[in-house]
Amino acid sequence: MENVVCETEIEIKNADGLHMRPAMQFVDIANQFDSDITVRNKETEVDGKSIMQMSMLAATCGTILKIKAEGSDAEKVISALRELVEEKLFGEPAP
Amino acid sequence: MKFADFVCFEAIIPELEANDRDGVIAELVSSLDKAGKLGKGNCKAITREVIKREKEASTGMGKGVAVPHVKHKLVKDAVVVIGQSSVGIDFSALDKQPVYSVILLVSPADNPDKHLQAMENIFKHLQYEKFRKFLRQCRDKAHVEDLLREADENPTL
Repeated sequence: MENVVCETEIEIKNADGLHMRPAMQFVDIANQFDSDITVRNKETEVDGKSIMQMSMLAATCGTILKIKAEGSDAEKVISALRELVEEKLFGEPAP
Repeated sequence: MKFADFVCFEAIIPELEANDRDGVIAELVSSLDKAGKLGKGNCKAITREVIKREKEASTGMGKGVAVPHVKHKLVKDAVVVIGQSSVGIDFSALDKQPVYSVILLVSPADNPDKHLQAMENIFKHLQYEKFRKFLRQCRDKAHVEDLLREADENPTL
């Protein structure tokens, strides 16, 4: 299968930031795909499919995260995660 | 942030008496209350809120640890207490396994960033199998405190 690498930046826009429930939603979606997914803030790079690792990003509202997906469905990963984070705001209020 | 900045060492419970989720939460919140960390008369309301949050989605993240938490308007500073159970508690964890170390966090409602920083610090260490194993082996307050202070000095412990 074709190996595609997609990378993008997304901004955390809900007021409470990437706390546990949003992190779980993120991981749930990430795990629906075959691609390897890494998420990076300034200091840390973590596995986007691990709830423990995602919880240590401490991404507050306004934080820009770099998301990298690598695999046959990499493009779909990026669009699904962007929708969750930037459009749906994890179903939470903006500031 | 470090454990020493927000963990209430004197409230640590090295062997929990309760053996069910809600009982454990009540025991831990009550221990924080006894240590004077929650403000007078808030213990019951906070216990209720933590349990309510836990029912919405389990904070049992798998690998024997759970991190029940709530942001509450009655508390001024983020504070954490740790409780250990040698028998294991059913937290409806993600991996359906019992929980042996419970890390309970209460943070102020109006400071979500502080809450995230506390979580960051907790998971920075919990992701390491060695740390989880050491924590589970601690059988008294002083051991837990030593481990957390050592982790503060050595982030990859």
